[in-house]
Amino acid sequence: MSFEWLPHYAPLLLRGLICTVELLLFSGIFGFAAAVLVGFGRISHNRLLSQACLAFTSIVRGTPLLVQIFLIYYGLGSVFAGWPAIRHGILWPYLREGFWYMVIALTISTAGYEGEVIRAALLSVPHGEIEAAQAFGLRRWSLLRRVWLPRALLAILPTLAGETVLMLKSTALASTITVIDLLGAANVVRAETYRVYEPLLFVAAGYLMLTLCIEHLFRIFERQAARAFRH
Amino acid sequence: MLSFLHLLGLGDESWSYQFLVGALATLKISIGAFVTGLLIGGGVAAVKLRSRRLPLRLANAYSTICRAVPEVLLIIILFYAGQSALNDLIASFGYDDEDVGISGFAAAIIVLGLVQGAYASEIIRGAVLAIPRGQIEAAHAYGLSGFTLFRRIILPSVMPYAIGGLANLWMAILKDSALISVVGYNELLSTAKQAAGSTKLYFSFFLFTAAIYYCITLVSNAAVHLLERRIRRWMPRMA
Repeated sequence: MSFEWLPHYAPLLLRGLICTVELLLFSGIFGFAAAVLVGFGRISHNRLLSQACLAFTSIVRGTPLLVQIFLIYYGLGSVFAGWPAIRHGILWPYLREGFWYMVIALTISTAGYEGEVIRAALLSVPHGEIEAAQAFGLRRWSLLRRVWLPRALLAILPTLAGETVLMLKSTALASTITVIDLLGAANVVRAETYRVYEPLLFVAAGYLMLTLCIEHLFRIFERQAARAFRH
Repeated sequence: MLSFLHLLGLGDESWSYQFLVGALATLKISIGAFVTGLLIGGGVAAVKLRSRRLPLRLANAYSTICRAVPEVLLIIILFYAGQSALNDLIASFGYDDEDVGISGFAAAIIVLGLVQGAYASEIIRGAVLAIPRGQIEAAHAYGLSGFTLFRRIILPSVMPYAIGGLANLWMAILKDSALISVVGYNELLSTAKQAAGSTKLYFSFFLFTAAIYYCITLVSNAAVHLLERRIRRWMPRMA
């Protein structure tokens, strides 16, 4: 086992690390926003909406993420490429890159998995609290923003930490659609140096570190949120 | 769309046979990995429940690593490591490592089982901790021991607590089996890649593949539901 290739490839690996973190941030933020919508959709009284959201989460959670990624990257990509209006449009440079397809795939997947978590959390908030808020004259939007959602999200912060770690692990699939993320960078090193294990073990340690960082950040966040809620 | 249906129909260019073979390979890998994962998980859970010190540390390190490192990465590492280790072993017995490649099927099962064994160990550990110690002591007092104790007392009392987790584990393995296509073993997703690549009908073929996976999921869900009812039949019904 030798690591003399490391100095030469350090910039590439660093760029890969940044790419992985960017994937995580973009799809974490978009995915969470979509998940809140899906969560509310699931408990909506509008049967059409709630059934549609149920079908969405069931399909997303019932098929492999890699298949979804291929469907979006190769499937949608080939459809886009055959469409002259898009092919020569201003968005084409972005639509050619695997990165944004990966963000879309991860956003959809996160919306499916976290949507179910948020649905359960919304249902777990005692009904009396919502009625109390209504009695204080809070309208729909401020009730949601100031009482219902914060109470629900506080309860699921540990679960969200776990979901974020799962998302980090999913970002590694970006390397299968030519994105040079952390694993993609290791694959480049592997191809150029003919070393099989060292690059892979090195990035495995990188993912381990990232996981520890996520858990640490969420712990800080949890402590602050708990303090904000104590009166 | 018509050309896609033509490619699935019965004809010289039909892909349906390959997809059937691929789906069966996916099922075989998943079932094998599920059993392997349970065996590994059972062993690791026993270590976590009984021992202290070094074995416990090793068991905890194993589950931490398996839960923190991406499955694709573990699968690539273990697949290559397993293959070259086995080839070295075979070569050390004096055989030529050119013609004795390790079977991809065995490697796929072991790798997936190892990756998911960490989750299985937590499910089993939690379920075993959930049964009251007194039940086992009562069984001892009635003269039950060994395998009879396991089969008549421990298994029926543990199963209702474990079934939900085990069902999730099965779904996770089924979905993770698609990752085996990354190392080139032939299963459902690899078949889809070949079909899509050679016909250029990427969207249709990947959508079709997703539909097959979803059907397997739906059937599994229904089966789990029936099984759950049977396993819980001794439990007091919840209001």
